[in-house]
Amino acid sequence: MFEKSKKPLLRTLVAALGFSATLGASAADPLKVGFVYIGPIGDHGWTYQHEQGRQAVIKQLGDKVETSYVENVPEGADAERVIRNMAKGGYDLIFTTSFGYMNPTLKVAKQFPKLTFEHATGYKQDKNLGTYLSRSYEGRYVGGFLAAKMTKTKKVGYVASFPIPEVIRDINAIQLALDKYNPGTEIKVVWVNSWFDPGKESDAANALIDQGVDVVFQHTDSPAPIQTAERRGVYSVGYASDMAHFGPKAVLTSIVNDWGPHYVKSTQAVIDGKWAPQDFWGGLAEDTIRLPISDLVPADVKTEAEQIIADIKSGAFHPFTGPIKDQSGVEKIPAGVAATNAELASMNYYVENVKAELPK
Amino acid sequence: MDLDLLSNIFYAMVRTGTPLLLVALGELICEKSGVLNLGQEGMMLFGAVIGFIVALSTGNLWLGVLLAMSAGMLLSMLFAAVALGFNANQVATGLALTIFGVGLSTFVGAAWVGKPLAGFEPIAIPLLSEIPLIGRMLFAQDILVYLSFALFGLVAWVLLKSRIGLIIQAVGENPDAASAMGLPVLRVRTLAVLFGGAMAGLAGGYLSLAYTPMWAENMTAGRGWIALALVVFASWRVFRVLLGAYLFGLASIIHLVAQGIGLSIPSNLLAMLPYVATILVLVLLSRDAIKTRLFAPVSLGKPWQPGH
Repeated sequence: MFEKSKKPLLRTLVAALGFSATLGASAADPLKVGFVYIGPIGDHGWTYQHEQGRQAVIKQLGDKVETSYVENVPEGADAERVIRNMAKGGYDLIFTTSFGYMNPTLKVAKQFPKLTFEHATGYKQDKNLGTYLSRSYEGRYVGGFLAAKMTKTKKVGYVASFPIPEVIRDINAIQLALDKYNPGTEIKVVWVNSWFDPGKESDAANALIDQGVDVVFQHTDSPAPIQTAERRGVYSVGYASDMAHFGPKAVLTSIVNDWGPHYVKSTQAVIDGKWAPQDFWGGLAEDTIRLPISDLVPADVKTEAEQIIADIKSGAFHPFTGPIKDQSGVEKIPAGVAATNAELASMNYYVENVKAELPK
Repeated sequence: MDLDLLSNIFYAMVRTGTPLLLVALGELICEKSGVLNLGQEGMMLFGAVIGFIVALSTGNLWLGVLLAMSAGMLLSMLFAAVALGFNANQVATGLALTIFGVGLSTFVGAAWVGKPLAGFEPIAIPLLSEIPLIGRMLFAQDILVYLSFALFGLVAWVLLKSRIGLIIQAVGENPDAASAMGLPVLRVRTLAVLFGGAMAGLAGGYLSLAYTPMWAENMTAGRGWIALALVVFASWRVFRVLLGAYLFGLASIIHLVAQGIGLSIPSNLLAMLPYVATILVLVLLSRDAIKTRLFAPVSLGKPWQPGH
């Protein structure tokens, strides 16, 4: 299911070969930090932002660290090999940045108990393995609010990658915002079964727009859906990077991930010998995500959105506050209670008003 | 199913099939002459990045297209030099070319990531584009799609009706006999490889200038490989290449549209559909083994030097 085409694989092999050649140097003073990326650093999306985070580490910790990365690493067996190569190569701290690296990372972490590992968007921890993720659902909720205010057709679309909790959670967050601010508005979901394929992402956006969607969200890594929205004259909400310049007349806001602060903090903790495994959830309050809102949004709507952002930051409001029911009407989160991180991390159901069926 | 929906699906089918068609046509000529070039993906990516850079910095989309084709040709020249000139193993050389092209395009394009470009816009031909069902599909596409129709016509004519087509096939079937008849085998093969490179470059340019006008690393996402498989499954027949490319496009689109309508078929099953459907249809068409063997170039992939 997490297959990738043949070419990235080849490329990874080459990358890994070149990579292991540089590993021979003995572990000198600087802390060696490795990053494993799912896409190319030039995707201008998810991986691009992680690479910006790595750059922040270099910039702030200077010669205290020595960093390296491997890009285009397919999820699955290949990932395990790449991670193990890094571990063998004298890396002290390894960040693995895609959901599908969860089990490979856990496996390698058990084999190298002296090294430190951090895995993005997963839920399995160990003595030397921490996890970190962005509360992107906070951004989706605000995006959902904007969509609720801007849609005319009462249909919004979602170009989705794989049915994992993170993606399902984000779809739910949008539906909750739609229910509150424009009841009856529907979210249509198209799964492209890929994190990165500009052509397919664009086809998916086109298919959604053909069906009357006038705000396009995406949970894939290229700016293609935004560009398609711009060409077709509908709105969109960007993801991972600030994608406004790909659709000046389309992008209402982008959910921008900023991993720099977390990477710097974790790396510093390892240098100081103070690192401990944790499950870090960074949202608006931690500046792990930012939401630059476009001037396409009328001033009063923008003010209201800023208020929602402020309330989420202060903790006064949590997008997943009950009562929340699943599609069969079973109450999942009781009235007045906010979902716990554990509940969010394992979310495997659509909320009540999502019309689509969850892929099995 | 209403007509609008079908018309949209057909329109998107051609759009999605076009890059595959372009690459596959180039590879078809190449393989007909007896040369197997697995470097399609690399040539596509190099074409895509060069086309994008040129179009963005000069503001001239057509110059972008032209140089995308030249970029593909440049890489195929490298292939020709190694595989035909030095008689190296064609499979290994082709694979190396893909790896090289991927790396080279990443290197060259690093500074061009994340820049938007106003690409080729669809041109609707008045009246014709309003024909129900097939109007948008055939007459409301962008200019590069129209060009792909013309190129298909050209390749079909060359292979089926022209003397050049006979020469290409003679060289691919039996280079010794062709050579004995006085045909310049290596020159014909080199030209076929160059044509294949230009087509792959054009397909890359289509991606970065019309389909999704941007440059992103790896943006071909395996289309070069799919096109290579198409040529084989189409058993080297030009109309089946067209059929296969559009069938693959159709199945890709249906997979997305079905989900949007809310059909509850598992999306990972649907994602397999393009591959399964295309292979199934083309295999069924080619189930007559004797006929298929007749169409496969006999000396495909075998090195040849004059005087053997």
